[in-house]
Amino acid sequence: MSAATDAAVEAAETTIELRKAIGLALDEELARDERVIFYGEDVAVAGGVFAVTPGLSERHPDRVFDTPISEMAMAGAAFGAAITGLRPVVEIMFGDFLPLAMDSLLNQATKHWYISDGQGSVPLVIRSVVGGGGRFGAIHSQMPIAWFHGIPGLKIVAPSNPADARGLLKAAIRDDNPVLFFEHKRLYTLKGPVGDGEPVPLGSAAVAREGGDVTIVTAMKGVHDALAAADILAADGIGAEVIDVRTIRPLDWPTIERSVVKTNRLIVLEEGPLTGGWAGEVLALALERSLEHLDHGSRIATPNTPVPYSPPLEDDHFPGAERIAALIKERI
Amino acid sequence: MTLTSTPNVAVSDVELYRRMLVIRQFEDAIQRLFLDGEVYGTTHLYSGQEAVAVGVASCLRDGDRVAATYRGHGAALAVGVSVQGLMDEMLGRATGVCGGRAGSMNIVDLEHGLIGCFGIVGGSIAAATGVALAFQQRREPSVAVAFFGDGTSNQGYFHECLNLAQVRRLPLLFVCENNLYMEYTATDTITAGAILDRPRAMGIPAYQVDGNDVWAVQAATADALGRARNNEGPTFLEAMTYRLVGHSRSDPGAYRRPGELDAWTAKEPVRVTRAALLKRGVDETEITAVEASVTQELEEVIARALQAPWPDPATSPGEFANGARR
Repeated sequence: MSAATDAAVEAAETTIELRKAIGLALDEELARDERVIFYGEDVAVAGGVFAVTPGLSERHPDRVFDTPISEMAMAGAAFGAAITGLRPVVEIMFGDFLPLAMDSLLNQATKHWYISDGQGSVPLVIRSVVGGGGRFGAIHSQMPIAWFHGIPGLKIVAPSNPADARGLLKAAIRDDNPVLFFEHKRLYTLKGPVGDGEPVPLGSAAVAREGGDVTIVTAMKGVHDALAAADILAADGIGAEVIDVRTIRPLDWPTIERSVVKTNRLIVLEEGPLTGGWAGEVLALALERSLEHLDHGSRIATPNTPVPYSPPLEDDHFPGAERIAALIKERI
Repeated sequence: MTLTSTPNVAVSDVELYRRMLVIRQFEDAIQRLFLDGEVYGTTHLYSGQEAVAVGVASCLRDGDRVAATYRGHGAALAVGVSVQGLMDEMLGRATGVCGGRAGSMNIVDLEHGLIGCFGIVGGSIAAATGVALAFQQRREPSVAVAFFGDGTSNQGYFHECLNLAQVRRLPLLFVCENNLYMEYTATDTITAGAILDRPRAMGIPAYQVDGNDVWAVQAATADALGRARNNEGPTFLEAMTYRLVGHSRSDPGAYRRPGELDAWTAKEPVRVTRAALLKRGVDETEITAVEASVTQELEEVIARALQAPWPDPATSPGEFANGARR
């Protein structure tokens, strides 16, 4: 085995926090491509409110900078910069603030390619921390996927582990389209292998656990909840296969379908309100494309209320592994 | 005769007039074609404001980029978008500058530096801010120009982007075309203070200019572009002008104050520029020859547009880009 391969194996076995994996991917892409710039609120001098980007502005002083609290300007400027030869990465501090940035994303960035009849592409990434479980209350805990899921031309990335976060962010930055990159605040300190640093293609799901009796399709923190639920189900002799979709749009339907063909039972686990969520889209695809293989299909999501603050209320809002396992046992 | 793709400083007075006339006649034609059912949806005509776009664009260089609004035909023609391509786009034809996928409110022509005509008020400012950011990052001596209306001064994009542009000293020219009305409502009735005081509060050099005087617009623009190219940051121009037509197709302009339309018609830019040319000693036969040629050009453009092929739905660029298609 060569020294280079040894180093690669060693790197792959090194564990790293998810937030550090994201900082690493940004660092690597900034170093690789001078068209990449990165900006946001508190990201440069302060290194990010979740300490995702410390040191980046020292290593890339001309291309990493702090902005005012101006989400409309930040997103609009990303569009203008992207069509003028840069590959901007923007941090919107909390996903809950994304509606302020949505106009440019919806009405500029994701329209340009099509309405210009293919004159130019829009390579930009908006990163944002999302999700509940942090006692942050209703307006710092939301899952914005459903708000953006219906926008043609937008890619939505939702990693569950450090290696994927690194590889997916690199792929997002190299992609020629607008990409929303979501980071779950409860996964920032999750440790895992750092990976080989190769881009993970957008639109490729991963089988996180194999099983023959039921397929659980999920993303982000849901993957960890589903894996824990699968352990519980295994004790009852139920084999759960867990699919980590990794990107919500485009969705890797073939990987889900292969699993459904095997298990005939589909559960979609979504963090986010049940009504109008992306889980419904997965079930619709299953109905349209795999009905003959389907003995069961249903969703597990969060209630149609805001995320509450108080610990017992918030803990009840999100179905943990035990409730997920119980619901699956009931349903299949 | 078509508009040059590289409008430059050496534009003659007659050529400035010709460009304004092309826009006026283009808009008159769009109005007629709309009534004939050949243009769809709605249109926001630039009639009366021609001196602003033509004056600004006459100072631009290759590499500069412009963001315009849903009232964007004037800016598009002024920066050199093909008259035929724009007309074909209005009629929804495959040969349109965006293949018929954009329509009146959303024109993009990157080849001529037009990054978009934005259907959301203030969108042009945000997009131009990003263009200027890219120019600065890439150390290109180019300038981004944002056209927008008086009503935009009450939009979030306006305040956020002026601030960002000034703190980063971006090479940007803000062109506020103040035609007195935010759609159907007199802007001064819904706006606190003076528009110019807003950029000035942020330290952005800001000037009012007679937007119907193409040479005044040109002079102010040349100064502003010089500042931007010299890394001195953004400049704000408030060009006072007036649209001679309704806000959009459905607007009869009932809100105009008594006598206002007559007063502004007397000083509308095509008329004013023509009188100025005569005063500057240009032979009237030269002017009438230009007028005849523009009229003939428009007639030919319309005739070709009406015969142009419809787009084929099978030619869609698709949901996602993978490099530039053309």
